[in-house]
Amino acid sequence: MAASKTLGERLRERGVSRRGFLKYCAATASLMALPPSMAPAIAAALERARRPSVIWLSFQECTGCTESLTRSFSPTIEDLILDVVSLDYHHTLQAASGEAAERAREEAMRAHWGEYLLVVDGSLPGPRANPGYSTIAGISNLQMLEEALAGAAAVIAIGTCAAFGGLPQARPNPTGAVSVSDIVTDKPVINVPGCPPVPMVITGVLAQYLVFGQLPELDEYRRPRAFYGQAIHDRCYRRPFYDKGLFAETFDDEGARAGWCLYRLGCKGPSTYNACATMRWNGGTSWPVEAGAPCLGCSEASFWDAGGFYRALSVPAEIDGARILAAGAVGAVVGGAAVALTRRRVRAGEQAREPVTVDELEQRQ
Amino acid sequence: MSEPSIERGLQALRAEIDAPVAAFFSSCVHCGLCAQACPFYLETGDPKYTPVLKLEPLRRVWEREFTLWGRIKAGLGLSPKVTDALLAEWEELLYDSCTMCGRCSLVCPVGNDLQYMIRKAREGMVASGHAPEGLIGAAVRAVQTGSPMGLQWKTLEVQIRHVESSTGLTVPVDVPDVEYLVLLSSMEIINFPEYLEAIARIFDHAGVGWTLSTDCFEATNAGVQIGSKDIAATLVQRIVDAAVKLRVKNVISPECGHAYTAVRWEGPNLIGRPYPFHVYHIIEVLDALRAAGRLRTEGKETDRLSLHDPCNLARKSGVIQEQRNLMDLVAENFVDLEEHGRYQWCCGAGGGVSSNERADALRRAAFKRKKAQIEAVEPERMVTMCATCRTQLEEGLEEFNMDIPVVGLTEMLAEHLVEK
Amino acid sequence: MSDPMAFLLWVKGPMFNWALAIFALGTLARLLEIFLLGRRPNYAEPRGGEWGPGLRTVLTRSVADPGTFQRAPFDVLVGWIWHVGFLIALLLFIPHIELIQALIGLGWPGLPNPVVDAATAVTLVALVATLIHRLRHPVKRHLSTAEDYLIWTVTFLPLITGYLAYHRLIGPYPLALGLHILAAEIFLIVLPFTKLTHIFTAFIARWYNGAIFGRKGVQS
Repeated sequence: MAASKTLGERLRERGVSRRGFLKYCAATASLMALPPSMAPAIAAALERARRPSVIWLSFQECTGCTESLTRSFSPTIEDLILDVVSLDYHHTLQAASGEAAERAREEAMRAHWGEYLLVVDGSLPGPRANPGYSTIAGISNLQMLEEALAGAAAVIAIGTCAAFGGLPQARPNPTGAVSVSDIVTDKPVINVPGCPPVPMVITGVLAQYLVFGQLPELDEYRRPRAFYGQAIHDRCYRRPFYDKGLFAETFDDEGARAGWCLYRLGCKGPSTYNACATMRWNGGTSWPVEAGAPCLGCSEASFWDAGGFYRALSVPAEIDGARILAAGAVGAVVGGAAVALTRRRVRAGEQAREPVTVDELEQRQ
Repeated sequence: MSEPSIERGLQALRAEIDAPVAAFFSSCVHCGLCAQACPFYLETGDPKYTPVLKLEPLRRVWEREFTLWGRIKAGLGLSPKVTDALLAEWEELLYDSCTMCGRCSLVCPVGNDLQYMIRKAREGMVASGHAPEGLIGAAVRAVQTGSPMGLQWKTLEVQIRHVESSTGLTVPVDVPDVEYLVLLSSMEIINFPEYLEAIARIFDHAGVGWTLSTDCFEATNAGVQIGSKDIAATLVQRIVDAAVKLRVKNVISPECGHAYTAVRWEGPNLIGRPYPFHVYHIIEVLDALRAAGRLRTEGKETDRLSLHDPCNLARKSGVIQEQRNLMDLVAENFVDLEEHGRYQWCCGAGGGVSSNERADALRRAAFKRKKAQIEAVEPERMVTMCATCRTQLEEGLEEFNMDIPVVGLTEMLAEHLVEK
Repeated sequence: MSDPMAFLLWVKGPMFNWALAIFALGTLARLLEIFLLGRRPNYAEPRGGEWGPGLRTVLTRSVADPGTFQRAPFDVLVGWIWHVGFLIALLLFIPHIELIQALIGLGWPGLPNPVVDAATAVTLVALVATLIHRLRHPVKRHLSTAEDYLIWTVTFLPLITGYLAYHRLIGPYPLALGLHILAAEIFLIVLPFTKLTHIFTAFIARWYNGAIFGRKGVQS
């Protein structure tokens, strides 16, 4: 059976050179914050790894994540890794459709019960929402997730929608969208957020699972620390300009042309944890900040609702000037009224006051 | 006739709260720097003498009744009341350990004029019956006899005769339409009679028209010291009446610090209208005569002299350069104390402390600050222009066996007049 | 899962507006409570002006007289250090300037971050020193009330949380940033109801002080 071939064998069948493979392993090692000496061990482990079964569920999503994964600039190890996993169900990529497709999913689940990796992209209408907002073959997203979840070894939530609810969950969240981890409580969940995530981050997480047979170390948001451990800002090549206080004020000023920091143009790099600044996009060609666009913070929760993309990070989402002015006016009235009352009382007291006389003072003595 | 009571005290405190007081209390951050400006704290080391703390009764009234937040806190029982017991406890702090020298007012980083508030707080103390006995006695005597020391015109008349016989000059009494009405202080009349003689000689020398008034010779104001605007107004009114009656252009406050601030700054507000005359301290008058070339002097003092600026005159009234001009006229070896002028240190006796026997120990302790200043400069004599300061300096220096005589500037000046 | 981010959005959104509203209400009430009390007319013949000396004292009182500096060098130096450091961190850190610009439309150049960072670190140390001083100095200990320790805390928190967030010493970052913003909001809310009002009223107090003395011909 095909599944019994090792990853190494499959890669060689596909003509991936030993050198290219080791290079990939070295890159993987560095991503996982392992010393370069670990690369051969990773290579060995990867070569021995059995082809894992992956079931990929796409819910309320835009297919951007899949695009990210598949639309690589040239055939890369990442595609191959993806190719060699047994992608038993992925309704965008698979040839089968309709009931046949659903049967393939059910079969794969049965065959690899307890072992398959469940990958989810997209959010899904939550338990209290109308399930009809998103269905596949008449099955609600929630039901499909719960069924697939039962036999899964782990869940990887790909993309910000799956990881955090993303765009569907943005205010006013008409479909009652929730993230995968809002539903999954009894299985390990790895979040791979990003809109879309960096392709190599997706395959990197898979590779790590294949190599170590265990889930990577996660941060507070269940994101693999190897890829989400540092803020864009801390690895940004424009950081020296931020520290020096040199900012582009508009998209076409001197500063923008000189490649100065985009903080004032709304860059969310300081609060965004992702690997864009180090791994870049399109085969390492560039990334948004390098292209002159501020980071939108797409790998963070609620990024759609976190204020304007082009407003500086420290600027509040909405400033309710009217309320503040009204409060000030109320304060003035209240303060004024309080003083007026006090003054009236003091004046009344003054009028009723009897002067102090020395006779009184003597009397007290 | 009613009695002093806590209610009247609170009423008096309320009446004293104005915008500056509210700004001051809003601003205090308890940094404690005012303590570093207070001789009573510095020389006793007891933190209860921290100036801003002396204002706690006034501060509580302000917080509880003049701030919205304070009213809420008071409603919740979080803002302590001003009780009779509190005022009794604060009597020592507001009277015995404060000369209202105003040094803390000049040092406070947020700009609180603490002295301004001490003066106000004393209004509440008087009205609630918590003024010290010594000051009550002085106030009663001042109102009833015209002098806080109970001095009568008869006594002054003896002095006048004495001056007239020793100088051969006539001391004008109740002369109308002259330029100056000269006021005196009882302490001068008793302790430093040479002042009157000096005035007589200087004014004769400079050809100044002046007079004393039998209606009112006393410039001091026990009402200001005890902190009663009613009593203070009564005393100021006597001066105004005497000056108006004689139709003088100017009134001269004697070598007495608080008398000057009482007449010069508080007086018009106590009686509620501007004066129809000007008020000067004798030192201002003398310096004006000097500037006009009407003082011709000969010879200079050769010993090392230093100057004590009375708080009321220098820091609280801005008469600082005048006395130095006069010193330069008659002294060739004059050296200032290190902190002088508006930053001078109080002698420790002003603001009613010297009239309050209970405060004797504190008064002597506070003097140590002045003593240290004098020691640092090592003068052979000290010069000053306030009878209270002068008495305190003399007593204090004697207590520490320091052989440094204290002289009044006016007398010293009189000794150097060119004989006609 | 998204709780820290929800928290951040709350402190950056509704809570921020509430804090500003309470600050505006309280501060205006306090200022009116002061100004409307007014002053009694002063009939004494003035020796000097009020406005000039008052404004001069507003400035000059920031610098201690030499004698006070000698007697309390710690208070003067550390007081200056932390006030200046606090102002640098507050007013010259680029993200803060952006916020102020968004609020009132006024902006100015900031300082490079390492400078702001160093100033913040110095300020934190200085603030801790002031607390120790307050607990040990007889006058300060005697004077201090619960409010003094409250305002120390309320002042310290925005700085320490800002420092921790900037250096990413606590995580996740939205939580760190949210705590910093919340600390600043607590500062704003507490300000009008405590002696933190001295931020505004000290200048009023100084003016009155300068005016009262100035009228008598003394530059206080």
